[in-house]
Amino acid sequence: MADQFSVIGKPLPKVDAGAKVTGQAVYADDVVLPRTLHCKILRSPHPHARILSIDTSAARRIPGVRAVITGADLPIKFGILPVTQDERALEHEKVRYVGDPIAAVAATDEEIAAAACDAIAVEYEVLEPVMSIEEALDPAKDERIQEYGGPNNIHKLVALEFGDVDGGFARADHIREDVFFFQGNTHLPMEQHSAIATFVDGKVTLWSSTQVVHYVHRALSKVLELPMHRIRVIGAAHGGGFGGKTDPFAHEIIVCKLAMFTGRPVKCTLTREEVFYAHRGRHPVLMWVRTGATRDGRITAMHFRSALDGGAYGSYGVASTFYTGALQPVTYDLPAYRFEGCRVFTNKPPCGPKRGHGTPQPRFALELHLDKLAHDLGLDPVELKRRNFVEPMTRTVNWLRVTSCGLEECTARVLEASGYKNRRREKGRGMGFAISTYLSGAGTAIYWNDMPHSEVQIKVDRGGVTAYCGAMDIGQGSDSVLAAIVAEELGLQPSDIRLVTADTDTTPIDLGSYSSRVTFMAGNAALEAARKMRAMLVEAVEASGRMFRDVTFEEASVLAEARFGTLVSAGSYTPPKIAGPYKGSGVGPSPAYSYSACIVDLDADARTGQVHINKVWIAHDVGRALNPLLVEGQVEGSVYMGLGEALMEEQEFRKGLHKWPSMLEYKSPTFLDMPEMETFIVETVDPEGPYGAKEAGQGPLLPVIPAVNAAVFDALGVWIDETPVTPEKIVEAIRRKEKGEAARYGPAAFPAIPYPPAIKVEPPPKDLSVTPSAI
Amino acid sequence: MRNELERDVERVELTLAVNGESTQVLVPVHKTLLEVLREDMGLTGTKHGCELGECGTCTVLVDGRPELSCLVLPIQIEGRAVTTIEGMADGARLHPLQQTFAELGAAQCGYCTPGILLAARSLLEINADPSRDEIREALAGNLCRCTGYVKILQAVELAAERMHG
Repeated sequence: MADQFSVIGKPLPKVDAGAKVTGQAVYADDVVLPRTLHCKILRSPHPHARILSIDTSAARRIPGVRAVITGADLPIKFGILPVTQDERALEHEKVRYVGDPIAAVAATDEEIAAAACDAIAVEYEVLEPVMSIEEALDPAKDERIQEYGGPNNIHKLVALEFGDVDGGFARADHIREDVFFFQGNTHLPMEQHSAIATFVDGKVTLWSSTQVVHYVHRALSKVLELPMHRIRVIGAAHGGGFGGKTDPFAHEIIVCKLAMFTGRPVKCTLTREEVFYAHRGRHPVLMWVRTGATRDGRITAMHFRSALDGGAYGSYGVASTFYTGALQPVTYDLPAYRFEGCRVFTNKPPCGPKRGHGTPQPRFALELHLDKLAHDLGLDPVELKRRNFVEPMTRTVNWLRVTSCGLEECTARVLEASGYKNRRREKGRGMGFAISTYLSGAGTAIYWNDMPHSEVQIKVDRGGVTAYCGAMDIGQGSDSVLAAIVAEELGLQPSDIRLVTADTDTTPIDLGSYSSRVTFMAGNAALEAARKMRAMLVEAVEASGRMFRDVTFEEASVLAEARFGTLVSAGSYTPPKIAGPYKGSGVGPSPAYSYSACIVDLDADARTGQVHINKVWIAHDVGRALNPLLVEGQVEGSVYMGLGEALMEEQEFRKGLHKWPSMLEYKSPTFLDMPEMETFIVETVDPEGPYGAKEAGQGPLLPVIPAVNAAVFDALGVWIDETPVTPEKIVEAIRRKEKGEAARYGPAAFPAIPYPPAIKVEPPPKDLSVTPSAI
Repeated sequence: MRNELERDVERVELTLAVNGESTQVLVPVHKTLLEVLREDMGLTGTKHGCELGECGTCTVLVDGRPELSCLVLPIQIEGRAVTTIEGMADGARLHPLQQTFAELGAAQCGYCTPGILLAARSLLEINADPSRDEIREALAGNLCRCTGYVKILQAVELAAERMHG
């Protein structure tokens, strides 16, 4: 199959591999400009307080200090979502978490800047902090954290109902309810966030370690009150994001403002502790799920509730809330489905998107819940799940469009390779199975507009090809994907293609590296641009009486440039308008969904609670692997991150302070913790993906976490209904089991939440070939 | 008003041997080797992830052995041979480890890569044919968040095979 291509499907090295293995890739903190000033930010020591006064006079007197700014200099609010513009680069009225920025200093060196921050006197009126979901649901003791939202410290409430849920439960032979908790955790990118700005000729230029130059560009324009054409944002080489660098950040705005004040370049690199407080990571989510099924395991209705601990600001939170309910029907064919979601504000660093954005938590709950349902019914969990798998080319009950779907093949591959069905049953050894899905790019933009989500320009001159695209390579290999597609179409190799990416001055727009969108969206834009360029080259060569394949690329480009003048082409990608006819339908639609299946084999010690992962099998439906080496890398990295979340990664707060804000105390898997894994790439050739490709970077994380907990149950007969699975929790669950209590460790109940009456939505025709009348 | 240059900072003049070149620097005595390499010598290939000795990202070789440059003061290593990622290739020819890391996709974001490459080079100089567990042990102090370590292990094994095979 892959033989029809010369580049696509080949395990080629990344186009920037040379720069990365020789230390020559220039990350944001590596950008060195003459006369650079160093910036330090004064941050709140209180989780919740009113600011009564800020005195910067002593700081300004310190030799070497060139500028000190406070919230009065940057009063305009911003935020990633248009509906939650609730952040300030520097806060001068109220702080809402330990780490909230208050003032910033630019000085000739970092130590002077830090000393100047220490010299700033801030007077606070300390307020009672709100530190848990339960506290946030109660009336505020002093005052609410944010002025919007409510009641109490609730940020957002949603309630949607698709189909006849009550009728579905009435039809069920068996109904089961469970409560789960997914602990919050963070991205922990190896690179600390860094940004450096200049102000020259009335224009701001910012180099930053961001995943989305465009959204930073928009926020800067708003807060600095400069038109976008007077701001240039350049994505430096990127040292890891995982969703943690998709919000516009205070330090990015601050260095621009300080550059404008001082006329000198200003750099800010966060300390590792600051990175932990910048966060925007995985929301802690409490979940309740109720499912009805027939005796043979067919689901008749599902009701899912979530409560997200959002931290102090909105961030992506409204989208995260909807995501906790959106994708359940994309793997399982639910005839009726009710979703109620709630996000609360607490005095902690704001949560946002981390790999899988809002979907790993409900996936964890859903997979374990269905395992338990299968045990109730005396069915094998794999069989129960299989009986409810969605079919390709269908619509879900919540109006999501499923095109290609490799769920069954993924499942078959991991079952066969792991020997799951014939595994030896022995105490202390177990296997767990789980599946998942993820978007190949969000079908709607962060801010409402009808423009393309990605654009690519190609220039050919003197035999050289340059591709321009706003996409940001965050290590996943998006530059390599762009080069591969252009090379494939033009009959070249990826190393022949020059790339200009992630620069708002020189590249057309791409919405950035989030929601697994780049291969699908920028890939389709590149494909269109490359095919247009190829058509010009072919036409010019054939006009000269020869065939394209018989001339060199240099000859073809000379003929075409002579015929057409400057050789440029452009392509763009706009996702199909497939969102359902209801409020909230913008979260969930994607032009295509990836699918994964995973089996984890582990040893669990009943006495110590220690878990040792023996092996992980994972199959991922990527549509088509444009570069199998890169796809494997994404799958392996996802499995790794999933195991980290399943077994050790968590963040908690004590009196507003992060308990483990260092890389030693925040546990993440090392070389010694990683088991062997076997990866299967499943190709379903999606009808709309570039060459049939779908996403690979996020989906494979999702099934790993529930598969670990399912394997612990298989080994020891106890359920750990929360993350992470620690030895203490296992030992406690076994103790409870031995005392005759429920053989589980997890939340006892789901709190009473004032969800509004559900918006009732008529399900669409299931068959994709039938056009729904409502849209 | 005092100028910042009048601050009471003790500076030392040192001769550092980095990547086979002898360089004189005049630096505050408390500045770490990491900071001196990056800020005073322009060797930004050495990265930092925590500056507390926890992540391994800033690993360099001192007399061939891995050291965390964020925990070393230059005064401690004056006269000893320091190797950074910029000194790993032989001119324009990549070291076999750099070659296999590129070929197998062992560098994703690439931020931990310089430190891991140097730690792996040190391992292969002591143990030309390490087992997978020996590689894991040798690299356990270097965190990577992208790769799941799988392709790094494969790349070290392939380089070992090429170097002594």
